[in-house]
Amino acid sequence: MSIVVDIVLFTLLGATGFALLKVRNLFAVVMLAGIYSLLSAGLFTAMDAVDVAFTEAAVGAGISTVLFLGALALAGHHENRPGHTPLLPLVVVVVTGGALVYGTMDMPGFGHPENPVHHHVADHYLEESYDEIGIPNVVTSVLASYRGYDTMGETTVVFAAAVGVLLLLSGARRSGSRASPQGKGGGR
Amino acid sequence: MSLDLFVSHYNYWVVIFLMMVGFYILISRGNLIKKIVGLNVFQTAVFMLYISMGKISGGTPPILVDPKGEGKGHGGAETVGEAAAEIVYSNPLPHVLILTAIVVGIATTSVGLALAVRIKEAYGTMEEDEINRIEAETEAGE
Repeated sequence: MSIVVDIVLFTLLGATGFALLKVRNLFAVVMLAGIYSLLSAGLFTAMDAVDVAFTEAAVGAGISTVLFLGALALAGHHENRPGHTPLLPLVVVVVTGGALVYGTMDMPGFGHPENPVHHHVADHYLEESYDEIGIPNVVTSVLASYRGYDTMGETTVVFAAAVGVLLLLSGARRSGSRASPQGKGGGR
Repeated sequence: MSLDLFVSHYNYWVVIFLMMVGFYILISRGNLIKKIVGLNVFQTAVFMLYISMGKISGGTPPILVDPKGEGKGHGGAETVGEAAAEIVYSNPLPHVLILTAIVVGIATTSVGLALAVRIKEAYGTMEEDEINRIEAETEAGE
């Protein structure tokens, strides 16, 4: 059953990816990107990553779509037809994809409990985290306690990004109003 | 043998296909917003690769079912405790890494979009080739 859900979701993801390539109306592209995020959230749920699915649905399908729509409202939504021949990008993509597929040949199969990735620190987290931290959700105790510094660094990145966005957008408005009396620049 | 390989690696290969779709959008399309969408597609595919690696067949989400071991205490509920001991949890570590990556991803996306808007204000276009042409004309004019 789970494998059926898996295959259906992956097929839909592949179709969405193709549509993203073909569509040139950027509003449609942003909506398709939201669908892509939502499908991947479903896939995360099927693969037991409920916290990730929750975050992806809220951040990837929600906030990210709102940000894209805001950017389109500021910058317009027309995409030109690609001018140059797509042959070189196609070759690069096929070669890279081939190399990655070759790399997966050595990877252990999907879902086996004996895979090395499951037996380093994961066992310790699963067995000891309730005694050490006292939260039943192991993901939360790793995120907030064992790797608390990591999460603090993450909030620093978010803060830096917020400052960067504010500086960029306020700078745009200021220099735009300064430039327009001279009739220079495409600013509105 | 080859069918086994296909079944056990199907996830990885579809994920690589999605990665390459994102990569192709990123390098073949000239529009800056489309490029950022391609980057997001690539990024989400990487998340799926990590979560695939953390999955254990027949596992449950890593939320402890019986954390205090209470099941064993109440005579009649002993079977529940024994059942809880056999529960297999999927690996929580990739989940934590990807939670962090999603939030950092939205931060970089927002900075990228702000840059695209800023470029649109300065050049009047978001198409890479037109920006290059304007740059070349400005340099020739100076």
